[in-house]
Amino acid sequence: MRLDLTHIQRWIEPGSKVLDLGCGNGEFLQLLQQEREVRGLGLEIDPDKITAAVARGLNIVEQDMDAGMDNFPDQSFDTVVMAHALQAVHYPDRVLDEMLRIGRQGIVTFPNFAHWSCRLYLGTRGRMPVSRFMPYTWYDTPNIHFCTVQDFEALCEERGIRILARDMVGNTERKPLLASAWPNLFAVTAIYLISH
Amino acid sequence: MNPASVGIVAPQRAQFTEPLTLACGRVLEDYELVYETYGQLNARHSNAVLVCHALSGHHHAAGYHSAEDRKPGWWDECIGPGKPIDTNHFFVVSLNNLGGCHGSTGPVTLNPETGQPWGPDFPSLRVRDWVHSQARLADYLGIECWAAVIGGSLGGMQAMRWALLYPQRLRHCVVIASAMRLSAQNIAFNEIARQAIQSDPGYAGGHYLAHNTLPAQGLALARMVGHITYLSDGAMANKFGRDLRSGSLELGGEEGAEFQVQSYLRYQGSQFSGSFDANTYILMTRALDYFDLAREFGDDPVAAFREARCSFLVLSFSTDWRFSPRRSREIVDALIAADRPVTYAEIEADEGHDAFLMPIPRYLQLFGAYMQRVRENR
Repeated sequence: MRLDLTHIQRWIEPGSKVLDLGCGNGEFLQLLQQEREVRGLGLEIDPDKITAAVARGLNIVEQDMDAGMDNFPDQSFDTVVMAHALQAVHYPDRVLDEMLRIGRQGIVTFPNFAHWSCRLYLGTRGRMPVSRFMPYTWYDTPNIHFCTVQDFEALCEERGIRILARDMVGNTERKPLLASAWPNLFAVTAIYLISH
Repeated sequence: MNPASVGIVAPQRAQFTEPLTLACGRVLEDYELVYETYGQLNARHSNAVLVCHALSGHHHAAGYHSAEDRKPGWWDECIGPGKPIDTNHFFVVSLNNLGGCHGSTGPVTLNPETGQPWGPDFPSLRVRDWVHSQARLADYLGIECWAAVIGGSLGGMQAMRWALLYPQRLRHCVVIASAMRLSAQNIAFNEIARQAIQSDPGYAGGHYLAHNTLPAQGLALARMVGHITYLSDGAMANKFGRDLRSGSLELGGEEGAEFQVQSYLRYQGSQFSGSFDANTYILMTRALDYFDLAREFGDDPVAAFREARCSFLVLSFSTDWRFSPRRSREIVDALIAADRPVTYAEIEADEGHDAFLMPIPRYLQLFGAYMQRVRENR
């Protein structure tokens, strides 16, 4: 289980309704169903991941969130989660708006592109960073909209999105003191709980 | 025998003597349904699955009737040991619908009042009539609640109607390549099929059995039109292209040429007209045309699906233009808005509408994964 996913759980009320955007193979949604007894629905477009998620007994709808989510009524879910997909959608700002139209609250996680190692890589080598967390080349990557902690918070401010809580994950499993104190420099993964 | 086959199977008959009031207002005093079963019903009767057939389908969905049979049942790709509807775990019931021509009471069986075949006087049926008669079959077999009701195309319409009419009697509803109602284009194709049959002199106003004639040409034509709509442009291109069966397209001669697709269609048409009843074809195309899931819910499919208590699996195929993915999306969107559990996938496939009968790996895997969940009662 990715570290950012275990962190999210405590923000999700037991028995609530959760929509997971880009749910992948359903690992997280299954955890939420087991631990929080949520009523979950996942959106995914990768055929193999859909089959894997269905094999876990989850409800999955094949749908591209970039193509719109008009089919979801306003405020029809308690929480809309988007884990590590913000940087892969065409219109991250619109997807954020849609999340908070559909859900009472939203949870977003993304890799922080301003992490010191990215800066160092770019600064010293002059090449787009490739690492364990971002293993793709610039020309062949699903990640088309990398952003930083500061970028994200600026967008929230601009869009009138309230940040209810945030969690910063450093590159060790220990208490992320540095990541909490200077997130834009030390957070590998940023996790936000947002609402309108 | 192939270990993934249910093997040799035999049809069974169930007689119903309690009158069935039909949607048209007429009453069938008694009737018979022919059905097959595959797998074993468990002690709690909780592993039963109903398979609903499509327009030209029947009860023989899997296995063989004899060791000499060349072809297995129509959905053998999906029903059998280790297949998506795994007969090691499920007890599968597949029937010939009322009004059919493969043994269940219908236009070719005798009208007790006249002693003659019903022919065109057989009551017109709606999808809900089939559902009610299937519920009686469930009673007869001691099945209080189906683990799943499953159907493709017209069969998917029956499965959805089940979810609304008997919400307590199914846990899962599997709707494959179907729609909540036909489009005008779809009805138009059915009308051509009916006109082809009815304008054949052999049709004799539907009384061909009494007149010892058959609208064979008309029925063949109906099937040819239908068949084209079940395939995709790409599938036909792959299968036939512009290949010639005979003759030549060379200049300088008057010799005609015959394309492979022509002879294929004619073969399909004549095969079908030799094995299917024209009145049944008309009756079933009408049931398709008249089906409208949400009509009595103020045309609001969301209100309709609020009646349902089961979970849904909806599947569509990318090149299906007769029951396009868009029609399946409408079902899914209504289920989402009605807050019903739903799983949906659009399967990439070249085979058009017929894809639901084909062994497409992603289709079988996903269908199987969902049926695993049905089995585990999740």
